[in-house]
Amino acid sequence: MTAVAQRVAFGETLVELAERFPDLLVLDGDLANSTRSDILSAAHPDRFLEMGIAEQNMVGVAAGLATLGFIPWVTSFAAFITSRDLDQIRVVVAQPRLNVKLAGAYSGIMTAATGKTHQCVEDIAVFRAMPNMTVVAPADGNEVRAAMHALTEHVGPVYLRLTRDPGPLVTTSGRPFEIGRAFLLRDGSDVALISTGAQTARTLEAAELLAARGISALVLHVPTLKPLDGDAIVAAAARTGRVVTAEEHSVIGGLGGAVAETLAERRPTRMARVGLRDVFGESGPNGALLAKYGLTARHVADAACKVIADTAA
Amino acid sequence: MAAVGVPSGESQTLRAVAGEARRLIVQSVHRAQAGHLGGPLSAVDVLVALYFQILRVDPARPDWPERDRFILSKGHSCIALYVVLALRGYFPLEELATFDAINSRLQGHPDMTALPALDMSTGSLGQGLSPGIGMALGARRRGLGFRTYVMLGDGELQEGQVWEAAFVAARYGLENLVAIVDHNRLPQYSWPAEDEGRLLYQPEIAARWAAFGWRVLEMDGHDLDEIGETLAYAGEQVDGRPTVVIAHTVKGKGVSFMENAFAWHARPLTDAERDQALAELTEGARP
Repeated sequence: MTAVAQRVAFGETLVELAERFPDLLVLDGDLANSTRSDILSAAHPDRFLEMGIAEQNMVGVAAGLATLGFIPWVTSFAAFITSRDLDQIRVVVAQPRLNVKLAGAYSGIMTAATGKTHQCVEDIAVFRAMPNMTVVAPADGNEVRAAMHALTEHVGPVYLRLTRDPGPLVTTSGRPFEIGRAFLLRDGSDVALISTGAQTARTLEAAELLAARGISALVLHVPTLKPLDGDAIVAAAARTGRVVTAEEHSVIGGLGGAVAETLAERRPTRMARVGLRDVFGESGPNGALLAKYGLTARHVADAACKVIADTAA
Repeated sequence: MAAVGVPSGESQTLRAVAGEARRLIVQSVHRAQAGHLGGPLSAVDVLVALYFQILRVDPARPDWPERDRFILSKGHSCIALYVVLALRGYFPLEELATFDAINSRLQGHPDMTALPALDMSTGSLGQGLSPGIGMALGARRRGLGFRTYVMLGDGELQEGQVWEAAFVAARYGLENLVAIVDHNRLPQYSWPAEDEGRLLYQPEIAARWAAFGWRVLEMDGHDLDEIGETLAYAGEQVDGRPTVVIAHTVKGKGVSFMENAFAWHARPLTDAERDQALAELTEGARP
């Protein structure tokens, strides 16, 4: 299977978008060769604004540009976008609903062994809780590209959650991205695996592991965390009667929290949440991190088996 | 420029406007029994000069693309801005009665989604200069000649973001950007002063801006002739650098018991205090 890094798809799509939207600008916080906005910088230097190591100011500058009709994409690490400039996002982006696009690179825990300061496991929770924000976490490079076109067409503040390292392509190239819509990637009848972001690839693997154990798992991919596709989540719960959520993010406030809130109100369903258990990460190789923090395909499959066992009686 | 309401140099007229603005500030805050007083009274002369003499704006077209931009970074002083906008004709004076009330366009801190006359939402200190940079950069990219003015409090210069912005504005040589510091020497609480009052710790303001690559001008922020001359110079005689104007002001200016008293940063007025304040302002506004 072809492996593509979301960050490379991000940089290449910025070039496409710059050619499609004359008012699009890219702001960088001195990380362009990590976030890969350097691909845009090389192709269209006149559309690239270096803002230095000063994220708070960068967000404010973007807000000012947005008032003139520019479409600024603010690029940094998810950890910094989420926390370092959160008050700026709140006051001059989200509250006035300005058309600023926030791209958080290096989300989750696989960040080239940089450890907990540069990982981000709470961005979905933070931005879901912020009024007026749209929150999207694509599964792979194909979906990054499709989502970025949709998010740039959309007028209003958005947060795009991206990952660093190459991962398998699990969505179809050219599939249109619809903000607020979940996608059924695999049908099944025993359990619904609901996932977001890069964790969707490991969730599809989990469905294979379950099939080998004779269990039929549905996989619902939820790239838009807000607005949430509640109908698709309720339908998946109704079809299987059991739900497991999976995300490379804290189980608090992320997809697991969102699905639990939805099902508690609309269709109470036995469920389990796979994700970081209210802990920060650490440095380490990707495989070791996924194993230690419970995010491998096997962890998802085991959680599904436990929910099935718990509901068998 | 047809959009300018009062011809330059008419400081008599501007003084009368500023006097009326002060009375309206006191009345509005008294009516709301909420809001700030000290900062609005220190800032209001500069705001009057901006909206009646300096800014190229048209109250009938708050979305005019070529208008000069103004951001009140010290958003807690917004009653002064609302009063000046009303006097300038952006909305009826009667609307000032809704200040701080439910469903009002005149929110406790400036909300650009509520009031079209506002170029930016502010309230959390230290944030206003950065959107000003975005506007100034955007004007240059669009080939528009408008200027962007940002008023900051001296207290909010303690926020780190101001210096992030100062560095980036100088790096981009934004000569179409003017920051104005309302230097009234008193934030909300701050450190104790020798005279049992309290005082801002804010050393070497001018030297710091200069070190960041800004052109620094200073003026008496209550002398309307000097304000007009300085701000006109700041906007027109540019040299490739952003300009900061340090406005030396008095917190609570115009009301004897509010001047230089940190307790009047934000405090509801009794009826008697309002009456005394209005009497002093009526007396003081006479030529």
